[in-house]
Amino acid sequence: MASILQTTDRGLYCPVGDFYVDPRVPVNRAVVTHAHTDHARWGCRHYLAAQRSEHLLRMRMNDDAEFEFLPYGESISVGGVDISFHPAGHMLGSAQVRLEHRGEVAVVTGDYKLGSDPTCESWEPVPCHLLVTESTFGLPVYRWEPEQVTADAINAWWRESRDAGLCCVLYGYAVGKSQRLLAGLDPSIGTIYTHGAVEKGNEAYRKTDVELPETTFVGSLDRKHDFTGGMVVAVPSANGTPWLRRFGRISTAMASGWMAVRGARRRRAVDRGFVVSDHVDWPSLLKAVELCDPETVWVTHGYSAAVARYLQEIGREACVIDSRTRSENDEDHSQQTIEGEES
Amino acid sequence: MIRFAELYHALDSTTKTNEKIAAMSSYFAAAPPLDAAWATYFLCGNKLSRLVPNKLLRIWAAEEAAIPDWLFDESYHAVGDLAETLSLVVPPGEMVADESLSTWVEERLQPLRRLDEKTQRERVTEIWRETPSPLRFVVMKLITGAFRVGVSKRLVTRAIAQQSGVSADVVSHRLMGNWKPSKHFFESLVDPDVQDTLASQPYPFCLAHPINVDDGPREIGDASAFVAEWKWDGIRGQVIRRADQTFIWSRGEELMENRWPEIEAAAEHLPDGTVLDGEILAALADGTVLPFAQLQRRIGRKTVGKKLLTEVPVVFHAFDLLEHNGEDIRDQPFDDRRGQLEQLLGDCEHPHLKITELVAGETWDEWAGVRELSRDVNAEGLMLKRKDAPYDVGRVRGTWWKWKVKPYTIDAVLIYAQKGHGKRASLFTDYTFALWDGDQLVPFAKAYSGLDDKEIRQVDRFVRQNTKDTFGPVRSVTPTLVMELAFEGLQRSKRHKSGVATRFPRILRWRHDKQPEDANQLGELLEMLDD
Repeated sequence: MASILQTTDRGLYCPVGDFYVDPRVPVNRAVVTHAHTDHARWGCRHYLAAQRSEHLLRMRMNDDAEFEFLPYGESISVGGVDISFHPAGHMLGSAQVRLEHRGEVAVVTGDYKLGSDPTCESWEPVPCHLLVTESTFGLPVYRWEPEQVTADAINAWWRESRDAGLCCVLYGYAVGKSQRLLAGLDPSIGTIYTHGAVEKGNEAYRKTDVELPETTFVGSLDRKHDFTGGMVVAVPSANGTPWLRRFGRISTAMASGWMAVRGARRRRAVDRGFVVSDHVDWPSLLKAVELCDPETVWVTHGYSAAVARYLQEIGREACVIDSRTRSENDEDHSQQTIEGEES
Repeated sequence: MIRFAELYHALDSTTKTNEKIAAMSSYFAAAPPLDAAWATYFLCGNKLSRLVPNKLLRIWAAEEAAIPDWLFDESYHAVGDLAETLSLVVPPGEMVADESLSTWVEERLQPLRRLDEKTQRERVTEIWRETPSPLRFVVMKLITGAFRVGVSKRLVTRAIAQQSGVSADVVSHRLMGNWKPSKHFFESLVDPDVQDTLASQPYPFCLAHPINVDDGPREIGDASAFVAEWKWDGIRGQVIRRADQTFIWSRGEELMENRWPEIEAAAEHLPDGTVLDGEILAALADGTVLPFAQLQRRIGRKTVGKKLLTEVPVVFHAFDLLEHNGEDIRDQPFDDRRGQLEQLLGDCEHPHLKITELVAGETWDEWAGVRELSRDVNAEGLMLKRKDAPYDVGRVRGTWWKWKVKPYTIDAVLIYAQKGHGKRASLFTDYTFALWDGDQLVPFAKAYSGLDDKEIRQVDRFVRQNTKDTFGPVRSVTPTLVMELAFEGLQRSKRHKSGVATRFPRILRWRHDKQPEDANQLGELLEMLDD
């Protein structure tokens, strides 16, 4: 198996095809699972990714790079290795990378989730010999509700706040999470506004023909605009900054998988925490492993040690391939700038 | 139980006082009395005594969730709260039928304590299978006994008063001391006519308003309407003698048992039906009051050894009589209560139970002169009490005034800032100040209060623009701003870099006229130490 994929300081490397999957540093050839910047590393010379991520990747990566995109399910041969992309359900254009060489199959999940999401294609199992899985929420305390339940809860909060004369500010990562949140909002409640970084993501989504409700970029409005009853979708780092002052009386909420835990919710200093995650929860991680039924599992990105140990105990071959853990502050490591805050 | 769980989550998801009171009022309005009694019990911070060992809960939960023990522990470390871990790790249950809070407590939870381990486990597992995660969280909080939801007893009192129409003073009195939740209890709590009788039950404390140290007491009225006492720096307490028993309560409503044996012994000489308000002080046999630091050596000790008893003897300085011959006399004027107090303690003179002497004087000027001597007798200043006023509940303006000595002041430089809590959570409001030691700035005090909202916003902007370094939540800033700090006292301290600890530091004013190099030296602070 090691002939297809190796772990190196620069990330997962395929020596046969001489390329990296989601490299950690700029490399010559990068095959990327999705457009979040902790997976699609800026500064590579050549990117290969799923077709549906084209607009997002071109928006976020260096202009001088060469890009190559492939529709889901189609394969391309690079140095004798067949590469194909399969939906990962994490965000628009997110993919599991499948590598095949002489009958051996490896799948790198990138970030993924099993539930439904109106803004991207649903995850599908890819049988393989080696599965490289993320484990951001790889503990049994993480268990997501169905999409509709959380969307209803968010709309109920919006309605209540509107009736109380407040403006809602909902925090989610700029690209991916925000668009999924937008798609779940009920535009009959009020006007939907966006933070600049979110609006930029929206453009890429709309260019890819993902349907989103109508949004108004906050920066396009004059200073005196009345936001009462509205819903502002913003990046988490805007919380607690002077940028919020223009919205008047507000109710704030954070949408993240970390919100499942009360302490994390309270530390955020927001009024509400909605448990919305684009990663696998504990039951679906186990389900994914079962469906792909690999001979070996490599666990990365998160509670890797706990997941690997548990898989071993239930009779699978599993190991940790990096010791990086995630915290509630960097679910997606997306780089965000905040307008309005002093630079 | 669903309604109580909803109340919990409503209280947990807001930091706004009015929303909390509204949530509680609407709960009390709809809840049957027994449920309301239990809700009051838990919201006031009481808990059930241990029902099931936590260790067993962990083991059973792991098995129910089909995960190994080590994975439960991992989960617990990630969550940091046992009840919450239990509610998240075990797969969500199916709600069967909702039962009331009191049914839950009395029929499902309390009986657990007396069951054998096997039956306990069956019952707990049954609870898990019948509760979705948010409801289970609240039930597990009740079982593990760590029920905290960010409401104070005062807030609960206000909600009950608002809902029932009984005055907050009366509700507050009825909620004092130890009581057992029952239908009868809650009905009496909100009954406008009922009499209160529990032997151990203390009265709510009357609190004093501060007098502005610069303006003095003239605006509160004519000196002849007042008496003056030393404002001692000890532990405020109530000594109750009823039914041949003695109870000593702290202002925090803690029953202080076996902590002050000298005072308990002295109180045995009091007639039945007596309640005294006063101050517990460390004092020598000759009456000399010792500094608070001495008394501190006895605070927090559950039992007091012989050595400490000899080194730090305590005395109860009674300054008010609330109940006499079993009768609540709080409505009588101070003068009358004082007369009865003098008579009472004149009859049972005791080295550990004394009456606070009035400070002689007839004019504000006279008392102003006496007040200057406060620090010499280890007092914080003077208390001024209206002769014709009843004993009020809480901090009512006009009857009791505290006239503290002028605080110590010093000009210091702001060097670190941290964001505040609650509604100040988004602003840098918590500051650390430093003084010069040669060319070094040495941190010596933290201050959180004293600036107005506009100034806070200015400092907030300054911090954001002048951050030098970030350590977790703390920002270090370029030393620029100079503020005048006030504090009540100074003590040597090994824990502080500066070598001294200040008591009650706060910001007096922003010295826009001063540059950082104009701030005071640490040496100047040390000179204020009076040891």
